[in-house]
Amino acid sequence: MPKITMNVNGTSVSAEVENRTVLSTALREGLGMTGTHIGCDTSQCGACVVHVNGKAVKSCTIFAVEADGADIDTIEGQANADGSLNVIQQAFQDHHGLQCGFCTPGMIMSAAALLKDNPKPTEAEVRDYLEGNICRCTGYQGIVNAIMAASGQMPAIAAE
Amino acid sequence: MAADGGMGHATKRREDVRFLMGRGKYTDDYTAAKTTYCAFARSTVANGKINSIDTSAAAAMPGVVAVFTGEDFVEVGGNPAGWLINSRDGEPMKEPKRPVLAHGKVRHVGDAFAAVIAETLEQAMDAVEAIDADIDELDAVVNMADALANDKTLVHDEIGTNQCFDWGWIEDNRAATDEAIKNAPHVTTLELVNNRLVPNAMEPRCSIGEYDPGTGDYRLTTTSQNPHLTRLLISAFVMGIPENKLTVHSPDVGGGFGSKIYHYGEEALVLAAAKKLNRPVKWTSTRTEAFLSDAHGRDHVTKIELACEKDGTFIAFRTETMANVGAYLSNFSTATPTFLHGTLMAGNYTVPNVYVNVKAVFTNTAPVDAYRGAGRPEATFSLERVIDKAARELGIDPIEIRRKNFVKPDQYPYASAAGLEYDSGNYDSLMDGLEKRADLAGFEARRAESAKNGKLRGLGINSYIEACGIAPSNLVGVLGSRVGLYDAATVRVNATGNISVMVGAHSHGQGHETAFPQVVADMLGVDPMSIEIVHGDTSKIPFGMGTYGSRSLAVCGSAVFRATEKIIKKATLIAAHMMEDKPENVDFEDGDFSVKGTNKKVSFGDVALKAYIPHDFPIEAIEPGLEETAFYDPANFTYPSGAYACEVEVDPDTGKVDICSMVAMDDFGNVVNPMIVTGQVQGGLAQGIGQALLEHGIYDENGQLLSGSLMDYAMPRADDLPNFVVDHSHATVCTHNPIGVKGCGEAGAIGSPPTVVNAVIDALQRGGHDVEHIDMPVSPARVWAAMNS
Repeated sequence: MPKITMNVNGTSVSAEVENRTVLSTALREGLGMTGTHIGCDTSQCGACVVHVNGKAVKSCTIFAVEADGADIDTIEGQANADGSLNVIQQAFQDHHGLQCGFCTPGMIMSAAALLKDNPKPTEAEVRDYLEGNICRCTGYQGIVNAIMAASGQMPAIAAE
Repeated sequence: MAADGGMGHATKRREDVRFLMGRGKYTDDYTAAKTTYCAFARSTVANGKINSIDTSAAAAMPGVVAVFTGEDFVEVGGNPAGWLINSRDGEPMKEPKRPVLAHGKVRHVGDAFAAVIAETLEQAMDAVEAIDADIDELDAVVNMADALANDKTLVHDEIGTNQCFDWGWIEDNRAATDEAIKNAPHVTTLELVNNRLVPNAMEPRCSIGEYDPGTGDYRLTTTSQNPHLTRLLISAFVMGIPENKLTVHSPDVGGGFGSKIYHYGEEALVLAAAKKLNRPVKWTSTRTEAFLSDAHGRDHVTKIELACEKDGTFIAFRTETMANVGAYLSNFSTATPTFLHGTLMAGNYTVPNVYVNVKAVFTNTAPVDAYRGAGRPEATFSLERVIDKAARELGIDPIEIRRKNFVKPDQYPYASAAGLEYDSGNYDSLMDGLEKRADLAGFEARRAESAKNGKLRGLGINSYIEACGIAPSNLVGVLGSRVGLYDAATVRVNATGNISVMVGAHSHGQGHETAFPQVVADMLGVDPMSIEIVHGDTSKIPFGMGTYGSRSLAVCGSAVFRATEKIIKKATLIAAHMMEDKPENVDFEDGDFSVKGTNKKVSFGDVALKAYIPHDFPIEAIEPGLEETAFYDPANFTYPSGAYACEVEVDPDTGKVDICSMVAMDDFGNVVNPMIVTGQVQGGLAQGIGQALLEHGIYDENGQLLSGSLMDYAMPRADDLPNFVVDHSHATVCTHNPIGVKGCGEAGAIGSPPTVVNAVIDALQRGGHDVEHIDMPVSPARVWAAMNS
């Protein structure tokens, strides 16, 4: 089996993977990083979004061997250095942007990519950008509010 | 009163932190050493006779450690239906066996007939491809009317019919209802379809079986909304494993919406395989498998008649429904179209005559069972669509006709003509609130503005009532339930003063870990963060019935309340002993015990410590320790209700419907955490709008699921939905549970579908199109066709 090396959340890691193994499976099974979730088999749900060389990618859409040598960022690496929630994560808690938590890692990673490219999106732009991330619990309102808050366009604290 | 974060506070959810960090632990995140992986061979035909299954090639594949077929489970029991329904003629329903793996016949696409266990998932999946199954495809029955008319093509040959039951509610009211309709000045009739839905919780099902040969203990880690019920079903009906030798652990679960209430054959398979192999066995559903094998929802074909006076006073509702149960009876499938549907067919109204007939039909499709709302969305949709049609026929405003027939606040408790006793409510108050929050007075101006842009704007109104807190064991027993529906909680005050609360309810998005401590903290006057909820593990929690039917807080929360009352009672005895006074002289307030009229005081924490260090206890009077359990079985269902308004714009060129606004005014009784309640309603609204506009589980005439992936089945996405207005300030308190709560989980999914469809029909009618009804999902193609027919 091919051996690949990736820089995951700033740490160099290696794993042996089958040629057919997709990146999402390699992260979960090969590296034990189960924060990235798999919710479908047609690259629709977006629960597995990670950043590959700084770009948001559904990690089920690329083979692990394609990520050899890449910089990978996952949900496990998103918190602040002191272990506290980062601005986007905190906004999701403040604005009830999650319920069961299963789509959440992909939502956070997509939101981070959106705000990197478009720091002050309109609400319509947020909803449009999330087209590739399905949430079955929230009806998206809390998620959209959280992303607007993280971009500084809504009060930071909605809940007590 | 808790210092912070007690009852009524929008406390941020503590469980969010682990989910936001990627530290949630869902079933598929558990991988024990030496785990093997399971993949299933599933039928590609909807109805087929199994001639033979040759597994020899598969068994010889690399990494394969075991292969199972239906033959291996012939001697074990089957997965039972949880409710016994009797037909109108008194005959019990037909209950064909539901085996662990299909044997003799396959009955729907996705019906599992073999399983491979291998060292890796990839090896297991490869080996499934090598199974040589000789299956003769037979004609399939898919359409319900055809299935009832046809006694040649049967889903289950041994029962001689495709009809599961023919149920009447209330049969004694049938003649009076028929007579009332015959003599009524006006009768409105509507035929409609309540479309089949696929629940699609974002986490696919997953089950891990483990067996310890040293102790003989089994362990099942699984995606379940009710681990104790799953254990009971496996123990008592399917496998005969003693309950005390089986632990069912349901860790973080990524949504359920009903689809994870039920026991599924895959759970039994991984347990049997784990014992045979003496290794952990893991199965994780793909989304494709989820579409084909999870229990679906809804799928009713209904004719409803509303008889009324010319002034709109309701005289009778009569309903005839065919309800699809699919190929096998899932655990609650027989309760959903009957008692969760028929008993709600009086709605919010003082109608004197109600009769409901439901024929449940076997078809070669995936089993259908309770999905968010479960029967109550079907009831509400039928009622609120036919009421709108009647209002139009009679020239009465849709709000006016509803107000005219509402149960009034001074009529509670109100015995409905469909057999329930509503304990509380105020439907006029909800409608008053709705008229303000939805700015109904401004609708005409908004409609004119839409018209300027070439769009047809419509307004839809809806009232709903639901029976929640699914419970009273004595009542559900009469109605055919084979289980009790109480819940249970144990409150354990630890020596150092912090508290563990073991609950029968299961949280899979509902925020119990935050909301339940708010109840306890309020009662004990302690910091909510000192209280931890333990749920989802049968080896740790008392026997409760889990989470569905908006029951967690109303039933399990009430058990928590009762157990906490017992804690206070015992702690008062200990405090009295510590302060050397009589218990009746001791007050408890804000976390402190004090003796009336003195400055003697001990804190709750001091009492907790004393309970576990009873050096000077009067042990004949007070036992050491501070731990209490309560089982709570309510006296009645709870009755949340609401009034909803939706405005839509229809594009006359394309038939596309856009939701402009959706306002939900709900009466949930007391609210523990308004942030969580609002989130529950928003999620329910999204699923209801999904049903109304987007979602459809479609089988072709051969029983192939055409909408079998997330590319074909239209899940609501962020840009399909508006921001919602959610208001639960017009509340009446539940009269029979100690917290006064009613339940909020299903309301949005119940109230919104008829609101949306009423709005679309209103838009078309106002636009000059004589369209009376469009079946859901109200897709652009259907709207355009209706406008241009």
